[in-house]
Amino acid sequence: MKLDLLTSLYVFMLAAFIGFEVIRRVSPLLHTPLMSLTNALDAIAVVGAILLAGEYHAHGAMLAKILGTIAIVAATSNIVGGFLITDRMLRMFKASGPKKP
Amino acid sequence: MTNLPGVENIIEITYLIATALFILSLKWLSSPATARRGVFAGELGMLLAIAGTLLHRGIVEYKWIVIALMLGTIIGVPLGKVAMTAVPQRTALSHAFGALCVTLVGTAEFYLRAPDVPRFMMGVLSLEVILGSLTFTGSLMAAGKLQEVLPQRPITYKGQNIINLGLLGVAIVVAGMLVAHPEKTQLFPLIVGIPLLFGVMMIIPIGGADMPTVISLLNSYAGLSAAAMGFVLDSKLLIIAGALDGASGFILSVNMSKAMNRSFSNVLFGAFGQEQAAAATKQEARPVRSATPEEAAAILAAANKVVIVPGYGMAVAQAQHKVRELYDALTKRGVDVKFGIHPVAGRMPGHMNVLLAEADIPYDKLLDMDEINGEFPQTDVALVIGANDVTNPAARTDASSPIYGMPILDVDKARTVMVIKRTMGAGFAGIENPLYYLDKTLMLFGDAKSFVGSIVRELGGGHE
Repeated sequence: MKLDLLTSLYVFMLAAFIGFEVIRRVSPLLHTPLMSLTNALDAIAVVGAILLAGEYHAHGAMLAKILGTIAIVAATSNIVGGFLITDRMLRMFKASGPKKP
Repeated sequence: MTNLPGVENIIEITYLIATALFILSLKWLSSPATARRGVFAGELGMLLAIAGTLLHRGIVEYKWIVIALMLGTIIGVPLGKVAMTAVPQRTALSHAFGALCVTLVGTAEFYLRAPDVPRFMMGVLSLEVILGSLTFTGSLMAAGKLQEVLPQRPITYKGQNIINLGLLGVAIVVAGMLVAHPEKTQLFPLIVGIPLLFGVMMIIPIGGADMPTVISLLNSYAGLSAAAMGFVLDSKLLIIAGALDGASGFILSVNMSKAMNRSFSNVLFGAFGQEQAAAATKQEARPVRSATPEEAAAILAAANKVVIVPGYGMAVAQAQHKVRELYDALTKRGVDVKFGIHPVAGRMPGHMNVLLAEADIPYDKLLDMDEINGEFPQTDVALVIGANDVTNPAARTDASSPIYGMPILDVDKARTVMVIKRTMGAGFAGIENPLYYLDKTLMLFGDAKSFVGSIVRELGGGHE
């Protein structure tokens, strides 16, 4: 248990560093899509919600089911909406190519 | 964990691949050329992770999961199709949904595990629930203000910061008590309820122009609460996704606070919109030069190099498509047209870029502040559309100005400055803008959309 915890802290630290390095390079041009994309990725919390709603619980099963189900709805709407709008925005970014009007 | 080793391993491998895809997704987002591939990588990762999770042997009932997934999709599709002008409030709303998910899962986990919750677990669980619930109501409030169902003006009162920090302090103390005595389950509702209230109080003093910082900050909180949830559930995938989101929000918050010349602690403690009261005093009538669309068109047509500086006013007037016609008309005449975009222009980071890209303006013409500022001295005309404080030269020269020290777009260094503005009224911060009284400045009074339209007509372009 204790070792697991330490591993998790290492994972968090490394991921935070990767996040800083990768996201620092994102052009300010794309900061709005960046926010909607990270939001969609963040909705991976749906994984926890699915297990909460679906697993067997000896007590508190009703609570887990209700809260878990609402949580899945909230996260899924972020996944679907987030990816959709990010892609829509990115499709609009065009370079001034040769077919300039 | 009585899963068969085989299934267990498959699930873990889908999580591992999903993690890699998430990181690649953000890496590819760094350039517009590869960005769409980034979205695809993210989608694939998400699909794999969800499919992997559904394989879990521990899941005994699928009915509600399937219904919830479908319902979420039904809600998500329209949220993915909102107009580009509504993207800031949509983003705030999605932060609220993310935070809601995290808070609900955290709450359920507590009641499932109580009374014997290990200390560290209780600590991260508290962090998850506190951050989650304050982000939930805070983001709902922000979305409400952006959608203008709530008053946009900041509402301040005496002792506001003390009350707010006090609320947060109480929540943290209660969390501390729970860490010491996790069996006191009656305390748990407090660390949900108080932050819910705090989220509302935190956004009350925030005005529209501070929204870019606030949205970034809420983005960061949403990420951190998800990472905390990862600790509680021992899910590396969730820890990593949360950390990435938290880092992203943090970087954007720092960018935004730098662009407004506020210290990060000022931002962190929600002391937004405090400094405005001092301004708006010396309102004497000074002469300004104004011009008609014909005059403006003549000057623009004679220019070699024009820089357009858009602000939130352009979005409000929905003028971006007219601006595109102006861009076309000038480009056709051989004028070099670029756009100078301040980091806090608009209501969220990158807001102006999205609106202009939607209007089909090529992204290589959209330059951020550091790229464009060196070009103003060689610029014939700087055309300011619906921006105010971010062009205020007092930020450079007047140490008594409330925005002194804030990095601005140096439009006053251009040979001629044109400002499209409805009236002479002061901007959001109530600060007088000396730019308007310069000899080289021409004020173009009117609605941004119709004024730009008139200029376009004069230039012989447009589709009328």
